[in-house]
Amino acid sequence: MDNLIALLIAAPLLGAAVLLCGGRALDRVGPLVGTVLSGASFVIGAVLFADMLGKGAGDRTMTQHLFAWVPVAGFKADVGFQLDQLSMTFVLLISGVGTLIHIYSIGYMAHDERRRRFFGYLNLFVAAMLLLVLASNYLLLYMGWEGVGLASYLLIGFWQHKPSAATAAKKAFLVNRVGDMGLSIAIMLMFTTFGTFSFGGVFGAAHGATEGKLTAISLMLLLAACGKSAQVPLQSWLGDAMEGPTPVSALIHAATMVTAGVYLITRSADLFNGAPTAQLAVVVVGGVTLLFGAIVGCAKDDIKKSLAGSTMSQIGYMILAAGLGPIGYVFAIMHLVTHGFFKAGLFLGAGSVMHGMNDEVDMRKYGGLRKYMPVTFVTFGLGYLAIIGFPGLSGFFSKDKIVEAAFAKGGTEGWILGAVTLLGAAITAYYMTRMMLMTFFGEERWRNTATASPDAPDVEPAAEERGRHAEPHPHESPSVMTIPMIVLAIGSVGAGAFFGVGDRFLRWLEPVTGHSEGNSPVSAGVVTAATLVLLVVGAGIAYLQYGRRPVPARAPRGSLLTRAARRDLLQDDFNHVVLVRGGEHLTRSLVYVDHTVVDGVVNGTAASFGGLSGRLRKLQNGYARSYALSMFGGTAVIVAATLLMRAV
Amino acid sequence: MNPVYYLYLASLLFTIGAAGVLIRRNAIVVFMCVELMLNACNLAFVAFSRLHGNLDGQIIAFFTMVVAAAEVVVGLAIIVSMFRARHSASVDDASLMKL
Repeated sequence: MDNLIALLIAAPLLGAAVLLCGGRALDRVGPLVGTVLSGASFVIGAVLFADMLGKGAGDRTMTQHLFAWVPVAGFKADVGFQLDQLSMTFVLLISGVGTLIHIYSIGYMAHDERRRRFFGYLNLFVAAMLLLVLASNYLLLYMGWEGVGLASYLLIGFWQHKPSAATAAKKAFLVNRVGDMGLSIAIMLMFTTFGTFSFGGVFGAAHGATEGKLTAISLMLLLAACGKSAQVPLQSWLGDAMEGPTPVSALIHAATMVTAGVYLITRSADLFNGAPTAQLAVVVVGGVTLLFGAIVGCAKDDIKKSLAGSTMSQIGYMILAAGLGPIGYVFAIMHLVTHGFFKAGLFLGAGSVMHGMNDEVDMRKYGGLRKYMPVTFVTFGLGYLAIIGFPGLSGFFSKDKIVEAAFAKGGTEGWILGAVTLLGAAITAYYMTRMMLMTFFGEERWRNTATASPDAPDVEPAAEERGRHAEPHPHESPSVMTIPMIVLAIGSVGAGAFFGVGDRFLRWLEPVTGHSEGNSPVSAGVVTAATLVLLVVGAGIAYLQYGRRPVPARAPRGSLLTRAARRDLLQDDFNHVVLVRGGEHLTRSLVYVDHTVVDGVVNGTAASFGGLSGRLRKLQNGYARSYALSMFGGTAVIVAATLLMRAV
Repeated sequence: MNPVYYLYLASLLFTIGAAGVLIRRNAIVVFMCVELMLNACNLAFVAFSRLHGNLDGQIIAFFTMVVAAAEVVVGLAIIVSMFRARHSASVDDASLMKL
């Protein structure tokens, strides 16, 4: 059984190789090949999962050693895989949701000429992510980590003919590189501290290391997680990454890429547990990002960018939970899985809406679509209910647990974290309700004749703009797209109850991550009640603003916060002023120093020697008699010196 | 007669020769002054040979004479061809070899 692990990665990797090297001959079967191989990975995963369930909780970890990768004395790294409950959870999520997205893409990308290449990249993405979660040492994990970065670059910039997509891909890659630096430094620190990269070796020796070293390693790992998981301060790439095709967004946000940071922190639990300072940093990053993403999600009119803000916020929940230590690891992963279902469903739903609306992404030009896209409406609606934490659905179970765990942290910290998570829940309810109402309810603002609100004086330019395009004819997407959405909707509804009732997920993951209850100052019932009240408040405010009143076709100016949030809370401006401008000034001053000091010394030396030789060559005047004089003079000097030395 | 007087004479001749080389412009005169300096050296060698009572100095004097003879041959040839080329035997006119 253990030998099947490599096949998990090999299947999508083979798909990527065949599709990317195969050439045009494979254009027609390409999507099918990619989907089947991704599905094969899921089937192998399911077989291994069944096998794992048959064993006792203690000996479920499987390992496979493929070959010695770097067999240098004192520096050993193997290509080996480790499949335990944590990896298994990720394998099923990645390959399962990944395969559904493959199926969806068959319909979504049906008219794209380069779809063979698209499926090759998708397979590469899945393979890299599987390598990341299956590696049995940090060096191999790093390889998967970089593979994910590469695949995301290729996919975000898939429509490379659009300059915005090319720029977004570059931005995602560069911001990720900053995080990757953190991971590589962490791995180097591990090697100097523990002398090994393997999970077993590092975690076994973690107790013996000083807290300072553990903190340094953990903070670098946090930096890496911030990059991949789009957490503050490395979050700026996620919004722009929406330039990629919608299935890519679903894949990045639900199954791969952004979950990598949560995996890294949970996997390195033994390091973080010994570094309270680093854990505090993790919690702060998670809490800040949670609110940051939620606020950005509230202000965006672009349906995909609003969902991107939502992802940032939900990943913030997970990072926060992972930062809580053993109280939260299990719930971080549980929320990750349920989030995988509903966020993939929401993105595929958004893609379906765009598919029916001539690729329009502005929610202000939607409205009343529930009649035209019943399946999309129902699946998106279920995803919506799941993400806001409607009782009984996935998000309710997983998010509630994180809120409880935040309170269970204890002390002032626990109260602050609990309040932040509760506030986040309210904002989530607000922006998701807003999205739902703007898209599926209200007036049909996409009709040329139906101008939105008669009282808005600035409707004219919008109507003109709309007139340039043909009026969209919203229609339901083909079944190859709706079936994955239905499957994901079922997951969004049922996964939470399946995991949460009877603590099934907790018992499954506990042997790997450990678990402690903590002592919450408030009872679970109070937390649930508070969450529900805030949910109703958030959704109610959104209803009053967007359900009762007509939505203007052009965004009103809005408050200062709204305008800032529309610009992603000035994250790009901050980066521009601090990093780009700062970098420019640094470069300019370095160039100045180079021109004046360095060049000055070099040129000055050359000039002084040139001047000196110019003087000296005057002595060479061509007159034999003056040469004779210098000869006599020289001789006289030598004779005088000799005599003088004699005398002394 | 005290051999030291020969040394006085030799240094006097050498000084005259050196002054002639530095002061005179005519190549022939400069040339003769060089010969004068060579002969002053020969005189000094022979005087030292006498003073020290061995023949080393006299042998060196013979060498000097041979070298001087060869030099005269080459030097006069150069001066003659220089005079033919530019109708002047002034050493200051031949000052093209400079930077």
